[in-house]
Amino acid sequence: MALASRHLLGLNGVPKEDIQLILDTARTFREVLERPIKKVPTLQGKTIVNLFYENSTRTRISFELAQKRLSADTINFSTSTSSTKKGETFKDTVRNIEAMKVDMIVVRHQSAGVPHYLTRISNANIINAGDGLHEHPTQGLLDMYSINEKLGRLEGLNVCIVGDVAHSRVALSNIFGLKTMGANVSVCGPATMIPIGIEKLGVKVFHRIDDAIKNNDVLNVLRIQLERDAGRRIPSLREYHQFFGITTDRIKNHNPDILILHPGPINRGVEISSEAADGPYQIILDQVTNGVAVRMAVLYLLGTMH
Amino acid sequence: MKIILKQIKIIDPSSSLNEVNDILIEDGVIKKIGSINEDEFKSSKIFEMDGKIVTPGFFDMHVHLREPGREDEETIETGSNAAAVGGFTGIACMPNTNPAIDSAEVVRFIKEKSSNHLVDVFPIGAATLNRKGESISPILELYEAGVVGFSDDGNVIKSAGILRNVLEYSKITKAPVIEHCEDESLADGAMNESFTSTLLGLPGIPTVAEDLIVARDIMMAEYVDGKVHIAHISSKKSVELVRQAKKNGIKVTAEVTPHHFTLTDENLKTFDTNYKMNPPLRSREDVEAIIEGLKDGTIDCIASDHAPHSIEEKEMEFIFAPNGIIGLETQIGLAISELVKKKHLTIEQLIEKFAINPRKILNLEIPKIKVGEKANLTILDPEIIWTVDVSKFKSKSKNSPFDKKLLTGKAIAVINKNKMFYEDKFFTI
Ligand SMILES: [Zn+2]
Repeated sequence: MALASRHLLGLNGVPKEDIQLILDTARTFREVLERPIKKVPTLQGKTIVNLFYENSTRTRISFELAQKRLSADTINFSTSTSSTKKGETFKDTVRNIEAMKVDMIVVRHQSAGVPHYLTRISNANIINAGDGLHEHPTQGLLDMYSINEKLGRLEGLNVCIVGDVAHSRVALSNIFGLKTMGANVSVCGPATMIPIGIEKLGVKVFHRIDDAIKNNDVLNVLRIQLERDAGRRIPSLREYHQFFGITTDRIKNHNPDILILHPGPINRGVEISSEAADGPYQIILDQVTNGVAVRMAVLYLLGTMH
Repeated sequence: MKIILKQIKIIDPSSSLNEVNDILIEDGVIKKIGSINEDEFKSSKIFEMDGKIVTPGFFDMHVHLREPGREDEETIETGSNAAAVGGFTGIACMPNTNPAIDSAEVVRFIKEKSSNHLVDVFPIGAATLNRKGESISPILELYEAGVVGFSDDGNVIKSAGILRNVLEYSKITKAPVIEHCEDESLADGAMNESFTSTLLGLPGIPTVAEDLIVARDIMMAEYVDGKVHIAHISSKKSVELVRQAKKNGIKVTAEVTPHHFTLTDENLKTFDTNYKMNPPLRSREDVEAIIEGLKDGTIDCIASDHAPHSIEEKEMEFIFAPNGIIGLETQIGLAISELVKKKHLTIEQLIEKFAINPRKILNLEIPKIKVGEKANLTILDPEIIWTVDVSKFKSKSKNSPFDKKLLTGKAIAVINKNKMFYEDKFFTI
């Protein structure tokens, strides 16, 4: 079995069999991660560059660990976009990296479309580790893996993505992936955070968190960007928490069976209360572990393609 | 020198001419139309023009020449060459140069540099000093130096108060205020705000950002009784606002670019920065409304918004890449292919939008195909099928989304100021 594409740019358009293959492969690697020796030789001799134009320690570490567990050689190139705007162009940087004969590039960038552009200027396999407000496919995959691990299925589940959906790459990847796997997807947040035309994707919109909790099996709670949003898209963090925050009381009152996911890092007391973030309903740390397994699966499947 | 355009179809809407005939041009002046005698044939250079159309010279009222300031992207000369290849005998150049066209000195510099070229270049003056929107530019002085309109293009005229004063002043000159309509508080994006922007994760610019300013400007034009010209109109609602304003007798006119009646925001799906422009490519619905507006005369003219950018600048990450594409060398082909061949406009209507209306808006003399008149002509081959090749462009920049596109119809020659451009050469006639 092999994937249809030699890149992972997003989950939009990825066929069900491919998502299933990645999730099944991830299960194998998840078992590897429980062994005393957590390393397999599958990508020995492959060189992978982690090209991070945006600070994201968590995602980078997760990819890096996945690469090490697969015995690949890893190079990290991290820089802020503001410095490259003045200095070397993106294209020149990529050409330099290409000249070093790399096999795969994992890229994180603040502009949507950069991974797609990379496929035009590089011969490496490209993995999107988050592009602008567009997609973050490995996050979508690890969320699906984690839901499936906990609830035993994806098909027919009701999953709601809560928060700043309009400015989230996690939301789109979740929507595309979950829809493909047969889940019902909804979003919940203030209207200023719901992207235009989202219902055209077959996504239901809630503006009241209690309704979202009542009507779903899973909530995927997005991080609020503290500095960027307060006073602009939401009146204040306090008000947001009051009307959209996930609390243990809300869960107990409306749906004690609900499963809570959060891509991290958490703003305690904003999108989720501290009690709820540590409580029995969430699987936030499982997501982190699963993230490594899912990224191993993606790297393995793309890295061993011909 | 004498030349004869033989058996050419002459279409001049302003003198209701539509016939196949011979034209004799001597020292740049139209000497005869038809009934040319043997001697004249013998002593003239003859151009066989079967199937070709001659019209009054086309005019593009929205061009960015980049000189002074960014001569690496375009100069007055290369831009004028691109205009000639594209079929234009006149252009108006926008003031967002460096320095901006906000002093008589810069106006004179451009006039001087362009004076020997076949293509007439008319500067548009900045509406406010350095296009900052803070204090109004020396409007009367600029007008006297030769500008034909006022604009902060690239920017909207930021406040209604400043707009009012610019309009009051420009009214004295009868030159229009040309507005780049965009409410900046809504325009912090990289493409049209739509379902497609949601899918692509690119920040959107909603059509209402344009509509609000179009509405503001129409109201101000009415209040002051001034002349406002809406540059590069792109939204359905804005077309409707202009249509209503014209019905109410308000002095408002509008232009559209070929890309806004040809492409939609769905073209951005490849993240190719050659589809990044401002105003952004809109929806199919907006494109249809624009074509309606062209048909019923709501939209007066077609202009390229020719915006040269270097390859290094355009080949950037999408959200960082600059807005704009070049258009001088593709726009007649696009207009014939998309509007005439698809029967939205007749060839006469197209000529009005390219040759007559832009000059009317800018109060410029309209060239006529008439004995005794100076020959200011565009010659079209409406049937030729050709492939766009940016590597052959005269423009210094290559940022066009139309590379490799198959088009029907193009200009094959222009004549103006006693000069002709034909078969890739300029020569005196
Ligand atoms: Zn403009």
